Amino acid sequence: MITLQRQPHARYLAAALVSAAVMGASSQALAQQDDPIKVGILHSLSGTMAISETVLKDTVEMLIEQQNDAGGLLGRELEAVVVDPASDWPLFAEKARELLAQEEVDVIFGNWTSVSRKSVLPVVEELNGLLFYPVQYEGEESSENVFYTGAAPNQQAIPAVDYLMNEVGVERWVLAGTDYVYPRTTNKILDAYLKSHGVSDDDIMINYTPFGHSDWQNIVSEIKQFGNEGKKTAVVSTINGDANVPFYRELGNQGVNAADIPVVAFSVGEQELSGIDTGPLVGHLAAWNYFMSVDTDANYDFIDAWIEHTGDEMAVTNDPMEAHYIGFNMWAEAVRKAETTDVDAVKDAIIGVTVPNLTGGYAAMMPNHHITKPVLIGEIQDNGQFSIVWQTPSTVAGDAWSDYLEGSRDLISDWRKPMECGNYNVVEGSCGGGEAETE
Amino acid sequence: MRMLSRFLPGLLCLCLLFGLPQAVQAQDDPGQPLLEALDTSSYADKAEAIEVIIESGDERSRRWLEALLNGKLQRHKDNQRFVIVLENRGRHWPVADALSFEEAGEMSRRELDRIGINNALRGTLQNALSLLDLYVDDADQRRDAARDLLGNVDASMVEPLKAVIENEENAEVRRLLSQALAIYRLDQGDVEAIADLEGSLNQQVRSVLNSAARSDDPVLADAASAALAGIEQKLKLNQGLETLYFGLSLGSVLVLAAIGLAITFGVMGVINMAHGELIMLGAYTTWGMQQLLPGQPGLALVLSIPAGFLVAALAGIAIERGVIQFLKGRPLETLLATFGVSLILQQLVRTVISPQNRTVVSPEWLSGSVMINEGLSLTLNRLYVLGFALLVFAGLMLVMRKTRLGLEVRAVTQNRAMARSMGIRATRVDIMTFALGSGVAGLAGVALSQLTNVGPNLGQNYIIDSFMVVVFGGVGNLWGTLVAGLSLGVINQVLEPWVGAVLAKIIVLVFIILFIQKRPKGLFPQKGRAAEG
Repeated sequence: MITLQRQPHARYLAAALVSAAVMGASSQALAQQDDPIKVGILHSLSGTMAISETVLKDTVEMLIEQQNDAGGLLGRELEAVVVDPASDWPLFAEKARELLAQEEVDVIFGNWTSVSRKSVLPVVEELNGLLFYPVQYEGEESSENVFYTGAAPNQQAIPAVDYLMNEVGVERWVLAGTDYVYPRTTNKILDAYLKSHGVSDDDIMINYTPFGHSDWQNIVSEIKQFGNEGKKTAVVSTINGDANVPFYRELGNQGVNAADIPVVAFSVGEQELSGIDTGPLVGHLAAWNYFMSVDTDANYDFIDAWIEHTGDEMAVTNDPMEAHYIGFNMWAEAVRKAETTDVDAVKDAIIGVTVPNLTGGYAAMMPNHHITKPVLIGEIQDNGQFSIVWQTPSTVAGDAWSDYLEGSRDLISDWRKPMECGNYNVVEGSCGGGEAETE
Repeated sequence: MRMLSRFLPGLLCLCLLFGLPQAVQAQDDPGQPLLEALDTSSYADKAEAIEVIIESGDERSRRWLEALLNGKLQRHKDNQRFVIVLENRGRHWPVADALSFEEAGEMSRRELDRIGINNALRGTLQNALSLLDLYVDDADQRRDAARDLLGNVDASMVEPLKAVIENEENAEVRRLLSQALAIYRLDQGDVEAIADLEGSLNQQVRSVLNSAARSDDPVLADAASAALAGIEQKLKLNQGLETLYFGLSLGSVLVLAAIGLAITFGVMGVINMAHGELIMLGAYTTWGMQQLLPGQPGLALVLSIPAGFLVAALAGIAIERGVIQFLKGRPLETLLATFGVSLILQQLVRTVISPQNRTVVSPEWLSGSVMINEGLSLTLNRLYVLGFALLVFAGLMLVMRKTRLGLEVRAVTQNRAMARSMGIRATRVDIMTFALGSGVAGLAGVALSQLTNVGPNLGQNYIIDSFMVVVFGGVGNLWGTLVAGLSLGVINQVLEPWVGAVLAKIIVLVFIILFIQKRPKGLFPQKGRAAEG
């Protein structure tokens, strides 16, 4: 493994030295004027994650097209460089290296799963790239080179639980998730959060299932039992991807309806629902920062463009697509502000950049590389869309380090000078406060 | 709800008014202000507006409430017009006027504002509609309505319900309604209500008893606990039966997925890693069939049974002729080559159809569940799959035992050279056998399309389990596959509540490994000379 990774690196280093020797600094600057700006797209187009990630590739391509139609950036064309990491986590790192070292892209939009992001992280940091990550995730991370345009737990999970607790009056909680890092960390945060609000241990049931779990009979039956204790019960679901369809089918067939035991999901969007008959699911909830049903002109324009781009009248949009929309526009704005695509300049320029989102407001890039987002709660409708029933009065800024976990409570992240630190411990007053315990 | 009596005559004269021209202008229509009151962002105001609509006795109320419940009551953004959306997929929706119910062409999503509801309002609306349903002629509909009211009765409904019980002739509806009232009374702290609830397995009953058992009033708490203890006793048996059913149902899925493999791997000895993708092809055939026959999911599903068999069998023949025949007797190479085929098939589906999952609609008769008693209901789709698995198994046994093909297959697998010298064309038998095994995989795919995702990854989820079942049951033995599949399903489901889904899977795997150490030939080893071949 080690030799495999070192070899190309040595080669790229040699190549870089040669090219530096051949081209003078001035000729490189000249070349920049005419060359297109390269935008790397690192999304799986094959393998298990293709189901979620291909639409994101198409989204970035559409955004690049639109930008080029509007005259490009700094007078230069944009060019998409698409690679396929094939849902294979180590391959993500290799492909990221290919994009940065070989293709010399100016920015990367990519990744879906946390494990693929963790795999890419050291490469992006080593080669000083820019990565825009569009998916809701578990937090507990802040990298100088990564911009997190999806929701942190405080922008999705916590407000959703608040809604159930305050508006619906839920007292008993089932935390059901797929067995990997995002659900485990999120559930840990939620567990701590619920207990800090006086929920007793007996009223919390935590359940994990393997990836792609398809036999939900027992678990749904258990949830039904758990909900029969005379207290209002809700399920908080971090069940990932494909496993949701059989889960919801079983809920419908066993007659668990949203009025009795509502299920609020953090990984179920329009894309996932387009694979099922949502009739029996009406009223179950999802928490996101964007829904396709948002009633704004910006959103309708985005949907129209998307339908035209895909050529599919029934094409749906979802939250990570909006995150790419915001991330792409933020990057473009920062490039304009910095008047160059140079990574360090863009990194400094982008903090504080504000662009419109699709829900009728604005998103701002915070110093911790997370963005501000409104939190929306939607109920599933029979046409596979969500109807928004609640939303936060204003936008919420993403928190890289959760306030509810031991070890991460005292950490903050601020990439502005002079702090320039992703995990500053405010109690010890030093950078590098250590990793939070996340299992 | 109090005004129910006033509303009913309105409902009755609906028939009289129907057909009268709607000459009334929207502004003058008494319905317009009723609907306008709904157009507010406050859910509390909406609840009041719903109450006003019910009390108005307007004969259109029911349709308004239903449209509101389904999220189809919408308002044009630019004018006062309310419409009911008839079909809400895509960007342009056909609509009907909400006052006259006349069709009003198409409107774009941009122009319309939905009157939104939340779960609480949905409950209110469903209650209101259930109350109305209590007056219909159809006893089944009345029973369903009564069941919906369990746990949902509030103070305003008590008097009308008592009147309904008086006049109700159906004993079951009467019993359910009394129970609904008793739940309400118990919730108010009435100890005597417990007598009416004793022995009921209904979830709502247990729920209210549980909260009563925690009450501060010792008399009430004791009575509720005693009633609960009786119910728990009854539930024990129920739970046992339920777990058994879950196990058999999971087992039937395993049997279906594995039985085709039992033929190709068990009988022919070919390690076919693309078996899962043949299942996937069967599932996609169901999807394709539903695309060809829109609006008839049931017929499409029935037709997909032969179609899925054919498609998978043809794909099987292609794999056998294209790859496997050249690798006879080289199991490792067969394994690698068919693994390659499986990846190719997956990516083919991704590229040609879509990487996204496809929607396969469940026909009406496959959704929901049959109620055995109030605490136990069996989900219909799984019941059908269980039956289907047994049918497929029986059919396959019949083919192997009673037909010429079965005889030849058995002859070739027992002694190839001898069979050939007796005039059997072994190559042809190979093709037919592989086609049969593949076709059965296609059948499994048709059944699985009703249980799980139809997507490019479908097959991967079942390939490991299938091999496990075949090896555990004893290679080359169809009965072994049946028993192994069903028992693994039951073991898995019995373990799951104790140790969780992840650990249950691991334990089953470890158990099989240990079992194979002890009995390498599985549950039902082949005996005699065939075993050596």
